[in-house]
Amino acid sequence: MNLFDRLKNIDRRTIFVLIALSVLIPLFVPIKLRIHVSPPAQGLYDAIDRLPPGSNVLMAFDYGPSTMPEVYPMTLAILRHVFSKDLKVIAMALWPEGASIAQDAFKTVAEDEFHKLYGVDYINLGFKAGGLVVIQAMGTSIPAIFPTDQAGRPVEEFPIMKKVKNFDEIEMIVDLSAGDPGIRHWVMIAQARYQKKVGGGCTAVSAPAFYPYLQTGQLVGLLGGLMGAAEYEALVKHPGSAIKAMPSQALSHAVIIILILIGNITFFVERRRSRKQG
Amino acid sequence: MTTIIGAWIAAALTLFIFSFLYKDNPFYKLAEHIFVGVSAGYWVVYEVRNVVIPNMIEPVSQGRYIYIVSGIMGLMMLTRVLPKIGWLSRWAIAFTVGMTSGYFLVTYLQSHALEQVRATLLPLNSPNNILIIVGVLTALIYFFFSKEHKGVFGKTAKVGIWFLMIAFGASFGYTVMARVSLLIGRMHFLLSDWLRLID
Repeated sequence: MNLFDRLKNIDRRTIFVLIALSVLIPLFVPIKLRIHVSPPAQGLYDAIDRLPPGSNVLMAFDYGPSTMPEVYPMTLAILRHVFSKDLKVIAMALWPEGASIAQDAFKTVAEDEFHKLYGVDYINLGFKAGGLVVIQAMGTSIPAIFPTDQAGRPVEEFPIMKKVKNFDEIEMIVDLSAGDPGIRHWVMIAQARYQKKVGGGCTAVSAPAFYPYLQTGQLVGLLGGLMGAAEYEALVKHPGSAIKAMPSQALSHAVIIILILIGNITFFVERRRSRKQG
Repeated sequence: MTTIIGAWIAAALTLFIFSFLYKDNPFYKLAEHIFVGVSAGYWVVYEVRNVVIPNMIEPVSQGRYIYIVSGIMGLMMLTRVLPKIGWLSRWAIAFTVGMTSGYFLVTYLQSHALEQVRATLLPLNSPNNILIIVGVLTALIYFFFSKEHKGVFGKTAKVGIWFLMIAFGASFGYTVMARVSLLIGRMHFLLSDWLRLID
């Protein structure tokens, strides 16, 4: 069997091993890669950066544990930026697991790093089922939809919620999304109907669907997948798990590109051979 | 202690799932069944706690009896499992479909159709604008099936196919990136949280 035939009949398990090695090796042998910040990531950063201190930012945690490797690093990076600018964060979730993830993120960033006060600098309103209908109703009254925070305490007890009635008191919405309900719904209601500034981060799978919103200005910025998270970590100058993961991501992409090229070359060579024989 | 036990269980289940890459085996099946069972249990509790109780039981107990209607409609959906009265579910489905499509029609038209059309009405003064307009027009022509794709029309449709293929390629690239990211996340968990070999 020559090299061409070997490549043509490569065992799928060999490919799995190659991908695993391409992910594992850079985790043990750190490689420094330059992070290029794309315009969508810069757009989100600039939009948050321009908000005056004390502004209310609504952060929607619309994702679950299955997409945490991609979306959680960007959550931490955005929270670091928001708290460094002294902005207030009102967190909520249209996904049931999102409220607990918000709690973990606040523990890491708001409490341990920035020593912010719950109820004064940030609040977690918890999860509400209903997706699009919840966003629509929040345009009329946020306390009516979220009468209590995640722990069940009435929201009027907290200073951060004293003046918040509806979207009028929210300067910007940041949606961290892994599907529906998510960015699409925030754009449909909060941006289109209430003209609110909407930005966000999402899984790489869903990112291409949201790029048209950037061109129309319906989204001020977008972080797509782990790459977007790494870009934001670079912007806030706080390297985290996303930047650490970039060498693995780059090497595995290189392996996949080489495998695709091998697949195509063998396809065309085989076609040429069969044409000659035929 | 709980964290350590949790990490060991998570690591074991991750390895069981990865073992499928070699070939199907009882460990993979065990992990798969645990996942299905836990998910089913989780979603039942979730639906009762977050949907049925706050959206029906609580309002009804506060005297807002109109919410009983939604409860009845929910029960009508479940009649699908009983062939004799299964037709009742169609009424509830019809209500949901009608209400949702009516609600979405206006918002979707405003936020997607009109905004996207407006963003395509661009001056032909830059390569990007030309690319957008040519891409939109040729892709639309490809989806116009009332005329046979022959001659100039066919060639224009072919250009549309190229644009679509590039879009699908970009989507596929992003999908690969997402899947690799998840793999990195799992590998990082195994090496960091479980084995503590890296930070």
